Amino acid sequence: MSISPSYAVAVWRRNASMYRRTWKWNILPNFFEPVFYLFSIGLGVGAYISTMGGLSYIAFIAPGLVCVAAMNGASFEVTYNIYVRLTFEKTYDAMLTTPIEPDDVLCGEILWAMTRACVYGGCFFIVLSLFGLTPLPSSLWALLVIPVTGLLFATIGMVFSLKIPNIDLFSFYFTLFLTPLFLFSDVFFPLKERLSPGWLWVAEALPLLHPVRLARASFNGEFSVMLLWDVAYVLGLAFLLFLWARRSVRRRLTN
Amino acid sequence: MAFSASPVVELRSVSKKFAERVAVDGLDLEIPPGICFGLLGPNGAGKTTTLRMIYGTTRATTGAIRVFGLDISRNPRAVKSRLGVTLQQNVLIEALSPRQNLLVFGRYHLLREPELSGRAEELLDFLDLRSHADVSTRELSGGFQRRLAIALSLMNRPDLLILDEPTTGLDPAVRLALWSRIRELRSGGKTVLITTHYMDEAQRLCDRVAIMAAGKVMREGAPADLIAALAPETVELDCSVDEEATLLDGVKPSVPRLRVGQRLMLYLVDSTRVIEHIRRDHGERRPIVVRPTNLEDVFLWLTVPRSGGNA
Repeated sequence: MSISPSYAVAVWRRNASMYRRTWKWNILPNFFEPVFYLFSIGLGVGAYISTMGGLSYIAFIAPGLVCVAAMNGASFEVTYNIYVRLTFEKTYDAMLTTPIEPDDVLCGEILWAMTRACVYGGCFFIVLSLFGLTPLPSSLWALLVIPVTGLLFATIGMVFSLKIPNIDLFSFYFTLFLTPLFLFSDVFFPLKERLSPGWLWVAEALPLLHPVRLARASFNGEFSVMLLWDVAYVLGLAFLLFLWARRSVRRRLTN
Repeated sequence: MAFSASPVVELRSVSKKFAERVAVDGLDLEIPPGICFGLLGPNGAGKTTTLRMIYGTTRATTGAIRVFGLDISRNPRAVKSRLGVTLQQNVLIEALSPRQNLLVFGRYHLLREPELSGRAEELLDFLDLRSHADVSTRELSGGFQRRLAIALSLMNRPDLLILDEPTTGLDPAVRLALWSRIRELRSGGKTVLITTHYMDEAQRLCDRVAIMAAGKVMREGAPADLIAALAPETVELDCSVDEEATLLDGVKPSVPRLRVGQRLMLYLVDSTRVIEHIRRDHGERRPIVVRPTNLEDVFLWLTVPRSGGNA
């Protein structure tokens, strides 16, 4: 069955119409969170660090935190929310009685998770610019990294949500997967200065590392051919996971 | 059986196996257009699996399914655009109002304004939801929620409406109101396929019913014909198995009888002689109920396992 963009958009609009009612309350934390990070780690911890990667500490962590915000935005959406719709609310069972097919459900949900990533990441970016931490115009490239980060973590979370037998396992996803990514993906310190070359290769597997590199390159205006590897990694992994999710979603929703 | 118009739903030797369990076993079913068709059967008989196969969410292991003359597995979107399905469980967006639920669901069918709002308004009236159109759905009573669920499945003006236990858990007034809506839809030319555990509902609403057990259709026909085929009168009384032997000693063993716990039912063309027999020979004052046979009797007769005899 082919994917139909208009049906995927109908799925997206279901979520959007729910979000529209509550967005004013939902969006506020998205502005506070970056402020807390910047004050606590950027200014607080940063006061003990003269420079990192040739920048003030607060400027060093800024681009990575944009990606973290995008990662979190997408992840919340494709974990608990998806699981509840799938298992308890039976949302998709009802959708599938209309011309919507499992592929449309998957695409619509991924699109929605990307939207949430853009809201989270976008708010973070706005706060950073208020702090004068977004060098123009080069940092605007980071705005492209936000939806791509959303796509990557939407597909990762989607596969996880489709595969797990019960909702309690999400705590593993957050504490054993997302938290280490947050802490060890070049956001707070440059990995290459702390890891031996052998381990650096292993670290390349970390999914958040690549969006962070792309965002940092944008902020610093330092573009190189090496970034193509990061782009290829993010899009390639997202594509493979999408294929996997596509198979799983069909199995879950139809029999 | 021969129908003038080609059937809306056609199942030919359809089977569905889940691992080792056979849910549907060589099912043949034909639903002509413009009627209300009841799919009846005890829990686990395969009704919901059959419905799911008709709207394409479950794939048949073997056999052929055609809806509107189309193979559902090859043309799911074309078939589903003409279907309305109310699932057993209400699937509503609780945070949104009934009106907003209708709009969201209409978009699943790619409806656009002004048609989208037009239909939502129409259905708010049709299912008497107008008074609660803008309250959060979470606050609605069970009856309102069920009506909304049915309204959702009508957003695309379906030619075939599938209702999986539409009135389970509803109060008598709401049930009556829903029945008249379903009748209206049928008179408007729609085909209705319904499952229910209420035999009075099936008897009143359905032009034809199929009674399923263990994945097979046991009997199919108009409710009145099925009842007539069993027996016009039913005699009901409480007695133990031992008492039964004495009480009914001399009653022909060919008379269909069914025991459910202590309750014994006899299906007869004329009950006078049997009642006289019990009263005269045993002189008992035990309460005996004589009543016209109904669809529930047919249902029980076909689906409750019996030790001896068969219809």
